[in-house]
Parts: sequence; C-alpha cells; structure tokens
Amino acid sequence: MTQKLTIAVASGKGGTGKTTVSASLACIAADAGYKTAYLDCDVEEPNGHLFLKPIIQYRHMVGIPVPVVDHEKCTACGSCGEICQYSAIVCINKNVLTFDKMCHGCGGCSLVCPVGAITENSRNIGVVETGTAGKVAFYHGKLNVGEAFSPPLVKAVRSAIQDDDLAIIDASPGTSCPVIAAVKGVDFVLLVTEPTPFGVNDLEIAADMVKKLCLPYAVVINRHIPGYTLARDFCRAKGIRILAEIPDDRRVAEAYSKGMLPHSAVPGYRELFEGLLNAVMKEARQ
Amino acid sequence: MTEITVISGKGGTGKTSLVASLVSLAHKPVIADCDVDAADLHLVLNPVIRQAHDFSGGKRAEIVPDKCTGCGKCFELCRFGAIIRNEADKPTYIVDQIACEGCSVCSHFCPEKAIDFNPSVNGQWYISDTIYGPMVHAKLGIAEENSGKMVALVRSQAKEIAEKEDLSYVIIDGPPGIGCPVIASLAGTDYVLIVTEPTLSGEHDLERVMELINFFKIPVCLCINKYDINLEMSDRIEKKARAAGIKTAGRIRYDRAVTDAQIKRLPVVEFTDAPVVLDIRKMWNTLMREINLTTKGSQ
Repeated sequence: MTQKLTIAVASGKGGTGKTTVSASLACIAADAGYKTAYLDCDVEEPNGHLFLKPIIQYRHMVGIPVPVVDHEKCTACGSCGEICQYSAIVCINKNVLTFDKMCHGCGGCSLVCPVGAITENSRNIGVVETGTAGKVAFYHGKLNVGEAFSPPLVKAVRSAIQDDDLAIIDASPGTSCPVIAAVKGVDFVLLVTEPTPFGVNDLEIAADMVKKLCLPYAVVINRHIPGYTLARDFCRAKGIRILAEIPDDRRVAEAYSKGMLPHSAVPGYRELFEGLLNAVMKEARQ
Repeated sequence: MTEITVISGKGGTGKTSLVASLVSLAHKPVIADCDVDAADLHLVLNPVIRQAHDFSGGKRAEIVPDKCTGCGKCFELCRFGAIIRNEADKPTYIVDQIACEGCSVCSHFCPEKAIDFNPSVNGQWYISDTIYGPMVHAKLGIAEENSGKMVALVRSQAKEIAEKEDLSYVIIDGPPGIGCPVIASLAGTDYVLIVTEPTLSGEHDLERVMELINFFKIPVCLCINKYDINLEMSDRIEKKARAAGIKTAGRIRYDRAVTDAQIKRLPVVEFTDAPVVLDIRKMWNTLMREINLTTKGSQ
C-alpha cells in the first residue's frame, strides 16, 4: 500500500519525545502495510537508530562547495573578500586566505573573481546513512563534530524520500535554520510538547514558525499528567488540534532509557500510536 | 571572573531547570540565556527588562519590482533556492525571505541593480535584572537565522557586565545539539558542565558533545540528571566519562518537584527541601571545587 505523504515531527523544546513519536509512527505505519520511510534530520544528535536498530546498507558523504584559490593567477584584487558575507575568504596584505568552516557555499567568490583564480572543491560536512529497520526504510544524517552549518546535510537526508513514500521526518529541537530545513514544504507537521511551562513556551514559538511557513499542523502532548492542563489550555485558546495525549508513565521512560519504543514494551501503547497515526493521516490528507 | 557554560547535547535533560538552581546558589553571578531560539530561563528567573535592543546578524535580499526586468539571473545564481519564480507571460521573481542565506550573490550580479541588500532585524536582546543578578537574554525572530551571532552577542554583553560590576561568574544556559549556537556558546569559555540523563540517547549524544569539547580543549565536568531512571546506565555513562578523563560532579535524582517548581516559576532549590535539592547543592559544591582547582592558576 502506498500513500505519498511527508510528515515532520518537531518541537521547540528538546527532549519532548520527537524521536519516540516519529519512530513509533514509522513502525506502526509499516505494520499497517504502508511503504514507510523514517528520516532522522536531527543531524547534530541523531538518535532514531538507537530505537529502530536499522541495518545500514549505504553511506554517502555530503559536502558543500568551498573555494580553492590558485595563487599563481590571483592578483589580490580583494573582490572575493568584499562579496563574502561570512568572512570565509579574506584578502590581507596581498594574500588571500580561506576559512572553510565559515563558508556557506554560495559561490560568490568564484563568480566575482575577475581572473578566474577561484575554483570550488567539495568539503565534507557529514554523512547520510541508508538502511532498513524491519519494513521501514531508514535514513539519517550525521554531522561531523565541530561543524556549525548543518542545513545542507538535512536537505541531503530529505532528498532520499521516494515518490510513493509515507515519509516521517524527525527534526531537531529549536526553531532556527536546521529545523526549517527539516520541515519546509512538508505536508503536515506534528508538534510534540510537554505540559510544563517550558514545553508550552517553546510550543508557542514552534507553532509561530510553522504558521510562518504556512504548514498545517497539530499537537501531541507527551508525558501528560492529570491535572497539568497548561498545554491543553494553550491549544484550546489558540484553536490548535490535539491529536493525542501520551501519559507520563515511568514504564515508558525506563523502556526509552534502554532504547525501546513504548508500543513494543508497554501494553496499550500500540493502540495509542495506531490512533495517532490515523488521526495524523486524516488531518494530513485534508 | 569565570565563565561556565552548561550544555547537554540531547535536549530536555534538565539544563535550564538546573541552571536556575545554580544561579540561585552562585555567589554574584551574571546570567546568560544562550538558547536563543527556544529560551526558557526567564520563565523561572522572572527578569525585569532594563534595556531592549534590536539584533541584526545579517543582510537580506529584496527585489524591487519596478526595477526588475525579469531576466532571471538571480534565479540562476542562487544556490539556496531562495529566488521564487512566478510563471506568467513574463516571469517575475521574488526572494523567499526564509530561504535567503544573505550571501549577496543575487544583488551583486543583478544587471539592473534591482535587488536591495540591507541589514535585517533577526530578533531582540535584553539586559534585565533578576533577584540573583543581571541577566542577558534574547529572542530570535520567527524563522530567523544567525543564532550563532546572537549567542556571541549575549555572551559578550554578559561578560562586559561581569567585568564592569566586578561579579564572579557568568553562568550560561546553552542550547541543545552540537551545531552553530552550541559552538558559539563554547568557544573561549572557562568551564563546561554537561548535563546528561541515563538513557541510550543521552549516552549517545554525550559522546558527540565530549568530542566537541575535546576539540576546544575546555575543562569540563559531568552531571547525571534523573540518575535513578536507570542506575545501570548511570554507572555506564560515568565510567565512559571517566575513561575520557571527565569527572562526574554529581548525580541528581528524578523528582516531580522539579516540574512543580517550574510551574511555580521558581528554581527548585528555593521551592522545596526535598532530597533532590541536596543532590543539586552537593553537585554545585563539587563543581566549584573543580573549577577552583582548574582556574586557580589564572586567578
């Protein structure tokens, strides 16, 4: 069974349960017979593999184009340093220096060089690994430690989505560039939150980001504690749909600590995530 | 003055709740919230804003429709997919402000000089008063970039205040991950405290954070939060850290009082006398001793 749909799981706050929700949805969807792909786009700290335990079949390096200066041809005119907005190439005392880690790969310096002294070389920033986890097609990106600029790697992971995939994207926490790279243009965003003041504050920021990107979205409240209604009240006041409430359950936390997903470790959770998947599919198809 | 950066790799390990308590225990601190795209520390420290400033970290391109002839040069050169082409009899172009990386290539090469390239406001930053000491914090605009530059700004302001007012510590609440804003929170700091949790994810993320800190060669201590969720994993993480030459400053137990304190907008050390508070105090004392040992030479 195929259903072309891309769903991103995001949150402003870290540690709200993005990986638990996205990996669980991927497993449940594959069990329901959908051709399913799970894409871990939290390239700084990817964790989905700890739960899905994929067999990795391919690895490919991802690079960004950085300048290489031919000092024989260079006349030290300084045009490259003037166009660069990231201080990744500078001309000091008739010497052109490059700082590859600052480079965003825009290509400005090589375009502007009047004597054609700048060519480009690919500089590795990380790796995309591809494999299978049971019936789920598995992809994740791993940013090299010490690298600051991750969006090109996030985009590389997303480019693995096939035309007939039900694709589930696990985004990184926050609301800045790597998150935007992970959620931009998806069919639906599921925001995972906790019912705490921090959770709700960051949910509001994440919801604003998703609205700015003009994407349909809904919320899952994780670690729901009876009587803690902050997240519920917030969603009601803003007219945001809540698709599921996952209870605060020590058994789930203990299973998580060992790399186990709730539906395979604790009774009752398979049904909960089946319900969530159905709700997400219904919302996303609209 | 000693700058202490608190990071975690994995999100949600309890950095911010712990920082709120450390700030309350510290002698004469300046507080810096460097988790600029999802800042939460203000929710428990209740700062009163003294100064608010716009932050501009970069420039943005914008096409002036009257000058644009629709040649498509910008569309052809932009590598970030930030030029949107609207098909009509004659195509027109606009800049997708969210996708724009502010590289200036389109504006520089536009034959009609029809693309403005001006500084953009990416957010706000604040200097505030709290009952614990001055606080520098910020709010990145929605879907804005340059979080790394904003972190650098928050840190430098906090440091300036500490020097001017002769305060002892700058305590930095860092962002999760290991990317741009984390690197900006770490570079040149005096001491790092890593807050982890005893889960497979916590362990995995800790390894990458340790590698990053090793890269910067900064002295560091570990704190295991919610250690009793999985004692075996806590032991394993502590052992791994020790093998990498990292001391564990303390273990803090899981207690719902931490969440209750958050709801009451208080650092947990001021909310209760529960054993979790003793854990935090003990950890802080060990951390202070370690910091004094390491930085003794420079003070």
